[in-house]
Amino acid sequence: MSALHPADARGAASAADEAPALYRYVLRLGDLALVLGQRLSEWVGHAPALEEDLGLANIALDLVGQARLLLAYAGEIEGRGRGEDDIAFLRTHGEYLNPTLVEQPNGDFGETIVRQVLIDAFQLALYERLASSRDERLAAIAEKAVKETRYHLRYSSSWLVRLGDGTAESHARVQQALERLWPYTVELFEADALDRDMAESGIAPSLEEMRGPWNRHIDEVLAEATLDRPAERPYTWFGKRGEHSEHLGYLLAEMQYLQRAHPGARW
Amino acid sequence: MSAAAARVVPGTEDEARVQAAWRALAAVPDPELPALTLADLGIVRFVNVRADGVLDVGLSPTYTGCPATDHIAELARRALESAAVGEFAVRHVLAPAWTSDWITPEGRRKLDAYGIVPPAPAAVSSWRASLAGLPVACPRCRSARTETISEFGSTPCKALHRCRDCLEPFERFKCI
Repeated sequence: MSALHPADARGAASAADEAPALYRYVLRLGDLALVLGQRLSEWVGHAPALEEDLGLANIALDLVGQARLLLAYAGEIEGRGRGEDDIAFLRTHGEYLNPTLVEQPNGDFGETIVRQVLIDAFQLALYERLASSRDERLAAIAEKAVKETRYHLRYSSSWLVRLGDGTAESHARVQQALERLWPYTVELFEADALDRDMAESGIAPSLEEMRGPWNRHIDEVLAEATLDRPAERPYTWFGKRGEHSEHLGYLLAEMQYLQRAHPGARW
Repeated sequence: MSAAAARVVPGTEDEARVQAAWRALAAVPDPELPALTLADLGIVRFVNVRADGVLDVGLSPTYTGCPATDHIAELARRALESAAVGEFAVRHVLAPAWTSDWITPEGRRKLDAYGIVPPAPAAVSSWRASLAGLPVACPRCRSARTETISEFGSTPCKALHRCRDCLEPFERFKCI
């Protein structure tokens, strides 16, 4: 780990490395849902049309709901009495284990849709397989979440087709967004020791097994949207190990402000 | 879940408690759709008697992020208290996951009368289904010339449509 993160200086990230593997794995899933849900909620009141405002807000709501189930479970595995709120609001960015893609800024509506297609297809491939996990709790959460995710993917994919196969302007913008966000997808399928450990113990699907279905859906939508699949580039981010882009800190600062300023506040 | 429950013997006090609990829960209106009860929506998963005599009540959340989920559990607790069914515990059950297919025929009739189109069977559909848009009849004038405005609506369980004949917007229960 680099020593650049304030969390490392306080030893928080290294402590997280020693936490039980299942706890860290569940955090990866929960943080993905929470950070993406928080990002999407930034559209509330700002989307191009009321209908899309409702759509993005509803997807955000589903994601925050999934995050609550996952983070509450993470707290139980950790066994230190922390609940979903403690875990969401009182960890620093070095302790967040979401993939770097989901913390990327919303950009314009097209860029948000591109990010959403890439991650919806990933979550669908994940939840479909996680529903038969050896871990009953994760299986139950996945069985619930898979229905919502299928709905999200339908929304994001059909919008990508309309924008990609739309006007010259909309096509150019989503193609550009695709080029910008593509490098972040490498991380989704780059298995590290934790991913392999979880797959070997029958808790998580192997990332390799998820890559095929993800590729098929992405290629199908890109073709229909008349968009070009970007070339693979070797650079890999590692948000899922706590090494994030600069954007996550700002997102957490906004999301966590109230609990940091008024610890334990409720309404 | 049900495997851990003691068998309820007909004609016993336990059976009377279970029936009273079902009756009480069946009468609880949904906070977002007051025309329908929890039973109509298929949210009440089971009422069992545990070995220690506590009534074990399972509710299925409709959507993971639905803000009404906790409120519904609270309403269920109050109804069970009023019904004096003895000691009970209300919990959420994720698996099997709730589906709009569990809305009862009575629930569908009430939705339609309330002006919300009941859900079609929630078959696993391709991502293209939204573009094709299955025909949905307008709940006011029954015209089949309708269009989808948004696959999402004012609550997590509904989508927005519009009738091209009477021009009225209307809601439809999401098929999930």
